[in-house]
Amino acid sequence: MEAERRLFDRYAPLPGVPDELADSKGKMRAVWGPLIAHLSKLTPGEVEAAFAAGDQHLADAGVFFRAYGDTSAAGRDWPFSPVPILLPETEWQEIAKGLIERADLLEAVVADLYGENRLVAEGHLPAALIAQSPEWLRPMVGVKPRSGHFLHFVGFEIGRGPDGRWWVLSDRTDAPSGAGFALENRVATTQVFPKLYENSNVLRLAGFFGAFRDALDRLRQDTASRVGILTPGALTDTYYEQAYIARYLGMALLEGEDLVVEDGHLRLRTVQGLAPVDVLWRRMDGIWADPLELREDSALGTPGLMSAIRAGHVTMVNALGVGVLETQVLMAFLPAIARKLTGKPLLLPNVATWWCGGARELAHVRAQAARMMIAPALATRMPFEGSTVHAVAGKLQGVEDGDLHGWLTENAQGLVAKELVTLSTTPVYHQGELTPRPMTIRMFLARTADGWQVMPGGFGRIGASTDTAAISMRNGGAVADVWVVSDRKVEPVSLLTPPHAPFVRAVPGPLPSRAADNLFWLGRYVERTEGFARLVRAYNSRRSEAATELLLDSIRARLKAYGIDPAQGVPKGLLRTLAAAVGSASQIRDRFSVDGWAALKDMEKSMTRIARTAQPGNDAAQVMGVFLRKIAGFSGLVHENMFRAAGWQFLTIGRSLERASMMTDLLAALADPAAPQGGLDLAIEIGDSTMVHRQRYAVVSSRETVIDLLALDEMNPRSVRFQLDGLRARLNDLAHLRSHDGGPRVETLVHDLQAAMIGHSVHSLDTKALKAIHAGLLDLSPALGDAYLH
Amino acid sequence: MIYDIKLALGYDYAGSAGAGRHLVRVMPLEVPGQQRLVSGEVRVDPTPDERRDGRDFFGNNLVEFSFRAAHDGLDLVMVARVDRHAVAPTEDRSTGFALLARDLAACRDLGPGSPLHMVAASPRVTPDAPTAVFARDLLRPGQTCLQVVQTVGRALHDHMTFDPDATDVDTPLDEAFAARKGVCQDYSHILIACLRGVGVPAGYVSGFLRTEPPPGKPRLEGADAMHAWVRAWCGAAVGWVEYDPTNACLAGGDHIVVAYGRDYSDVAPIKGILRVSGGQNGRQAVDVIPLAG
Repeated sequence: MEAERRLFDRYAPLPGVPDELADSKGKMRAVWGPLIAHLSKLTPGEVEAAFAAGDQHLADAGVFFRAYGDTSAAGRDWPFSPVPILLPETEWQEIAKGLIERADLLEAVVADLYGENRLVAEGHLPAALIAQSPEWLRPMVGVKPRSGHFLHFVGFEIGRGPDGRWWVLSDRTDAPSGAGFALENRVATTQVFPKLYENSNVLRLAGFFGAFRDALDRLRQDTASRVGILTPGALTDTYYEQAYIARYLGMALLEGEDLVVEDGHLRLRTVQGLAPVDVLWRRMDGIWADPLELREDSALGTPGLMSAIRAGHVTMVNALGVGVLETQVLMAFLPAIARKLTGKPLLLPNVATWWCGGARELAHVRAQAARMMIAPALATRMPFEGSTVHAVAGKLQGVEDGDLHGWLTENAQGLVAKELVTLSTTPVYHQGELTPRPMTIRMFLARTADGWQVMPGGFGRIGASTDTAAISMRNGGAVADVWVVSDRKVEPVSLLTPPHAPFVRAVPGPLPSRAADNLFWLGRYVERTEGFARLVRAYNSRRSEAATELLLDSIRARLKAYGIDPAQGVPKGLLRTLAAAVGSASQIRDRFSVDGWAALKDMEKSMTRIARTAQPGNDAAQVMGVFLRKIAGFSGLVHENMFRAAGWQFLTIGRSLERASMMTDLLAALADPAAPQGGLDLAIEIGDSTMVHRQRYAVVSSRETVIDLLALDEMNPRSVRFQLDGLRARLNDLAHLRSHDGGPRVETLVHDLQAAMIGHSVHSLDTKALKAIHAGLLDLSPALGDAYLH
Repeated sequence: MIYDIKLALGYDYAGSAGAGRHLVRVMPLEVPGQQRLVSGEVRVDPTPDERRDGRDFFGNNLVEFSFRAAHDGLDLVMVARVDRHAVAPTEDRSTGFALLARDLAACRDLGPGSPLHMVAASPRVTPDAPTAVFARDLLRPGQTCLQVVQTVGRALHDHMTFDPDATDVDTPLDEAFAARKGVCQDYSHILIACLRGVGVPAGYVSGFLRTEPPPGKPRLEGADAMHAWVRAWCGAAVGWVEYDPTNACLAGGDHIVVAYGRDYSDVAPIKGILRVSGGQNGRQAVDVIPLAG
């Protein structure tokens, strides 16, 4: 056995199933040679180490995956299979030709469905199917897209059938996902195989994305306007991917509520007022885009968007309504439509499909049901297990003792049958060996000035078992990179500016109000979490000491007022606040540093773990100490690395406001003449100022020393005064962003609070005065909102 | 008959509402051979910052307007003069019910008047078994499509009790059907579901009824607010026929059409109103006065 091909010689393709690595005669396909040689020469330990580099990259980058129905913001780890799927460039070019032809066909079909309707009038498509499709959007009928095209970016799921030919399994046109995942998988494989990748003539992906970005830029009519990516929000299953690609392409990730329509123009709400947007790369399904004219129960859309489209002031990539192309039953008619339009059969066939509404077709489906999957005709994807009644290989699923033929008779008009396809296999690495697994590839096409460009690569999906029926893919599995390997030398491309280009300093676009709001609340929640942790630590460290019951009572009352159960070592109320911080950060993944996010997630993970075992008392006090150090680490990371732009101002305003507010609240309780003994020292401890107090006053604490240090001192970052000064400075920084004249109320409020604080002495700042300041601070949040956040 | 019609809609917001965008469908429709819009206008107070008058997919008159600044209420007045010369069909030339499916299968039309829009589920009328069973039990061999519509409509009218307090604008039709109570919107949605359930294309009509009945006739239910009824497709020969299940009659000269749609969601008089907690906050007044002629 040659060392170079050790892994291949032990590889056993499945009998009768085409394989990507081994050809039909069992010989290794040439394109795999270098990769097999590379892996064969490594020990299993070295392979694991290399793969770990890929996993580490994905974990660091925060790539996650959310299964359908999972509503947590966090998601699961990315199921990455490090061995890429390899395609020779010549074969990829053939696929690309077929996909371009298909993209043009779909454009022609959708333009007709919203335009002349000749396909229906001439009987090439049953009118009833279009009229009944929830994806055929009536408000789009008669609308001509400003760009001249409905489709600008599409995805196709393809697989290799038993005869070795490639087939189109599904068309993704409405809001195709996966291109960002393909990019992320590419970065991970280059971590796993850095040298091999360098030397293997793998076509790079950056050129494709660069061309797409340029195409989007060129679709703008107003060159001062921006291109945005429209997302359904942080709870969508591909949000990570959307945030990732937004960062990669340097585009704003926008939600429906970020946008407003004025005089038929689309505008973005920013902290500097409304800013023009006239191209949206849409990752939200079309039916949700405008609650006034489309689904009325949509909370994700922008009222009036249809109006802006109709007025020709915005280009949607893709146009609303193209979801009708994903209707499962359409594939039954596309081959004939293609022949009618071009006179030739499709270069790449799609899965054989029959609409059960025709008598002949129904008879065929009945006879061949064992080789088919039968499902709702108008759905945009084939059903998942348990989702709806459907039939697989002649068996009805989703009903007890279902009668297939009765069901077919009853529902024929609404059913589509598709041939059950089997897929080819590709090697995955498992316990020191390569084993075959079924796979599909999602390919992507972008319309550019020079026509369609096909991404030289794709998003590979790999089945969980050796079952090669395409339908088994719905049970999940892994994802993999796809390498298109050229015979020629491949020059590296990058989206970074080439060195000879003139230096241009990119001007950041205005900060969307919703992002500013989330940053503000992130600042508040992190600070609040820290404040709670200090209080919980102080309480738990005193429980075993000789603290008076009165003082413990007083802390308990404070904790309870904050919704924290003092009996719990790591209280749930504290974890909830931390979760709220993570929630705010998760809304702005596109503008939040990868390290900052990782630190925050890490904090949440470890605290949730510790919470299960931490005992009240000294144990909890110690845990809080560790936690506080982690928070300090996070804050340092964020504040040391964040660009001093508007985003940072809002984050910092949130933090200052929360810190000042918690401190005034604390002092009003603990520095009151009626406060229990030990309250003053407690306040100093929570204010993290024990050392300073000792050095500065050299006396035991008194009400005067505590108020002086924690409220009035302008040098102590824990004091109320210090935070008010900070708030004033940050608001001054923001003032130049304001589009309108006259200072907003929030500036007056902060000015007045600061002036009041400067005017106070240790004597005049009594409990009543502290409460007044506290109340003033609470007014700031809505006033800030009025000034900048809508 | 020529009518002068006035509709006043008013909304008071509990707090001040921020910016808002609205779609309004209140202006009577021009229906060739049945109804002519002589004149009409929609006035909005406060004056909107933007306004566009247009038509939707089904050809309904539409006003879209928006406010940029906060406002604490909204008043809308529609006045129109309409010449309504439609009469309810007096003889039945509709297709035999058994042949309706054949007529439908031959249809290749996706235009606004096509019956194909009114066959399947729509946002507010999803097929359900109780309504389909209710209608199916009334089918008899040899019926014409019009007979099916009238039989089911009459039976539904007898099955239900008119009760303005039992439902609101968002009550699903299955609830209203189970409770056997509701208003014209509920009656119409239920009849649409019944008819679609047995294969008759059926859609929603919003409009007005003359306020005072002609001498010697009873006052119709629903005349003091915007009304709703149903149109059903009775085969290629006669096309659409309108039936008012709330009053168990074919729609004729006393019914003035404002908008056609698949269900209420296509024709809602006003969209984009913020729902304020604490009950109803809307006012509505309708006058439909016949002039000579």
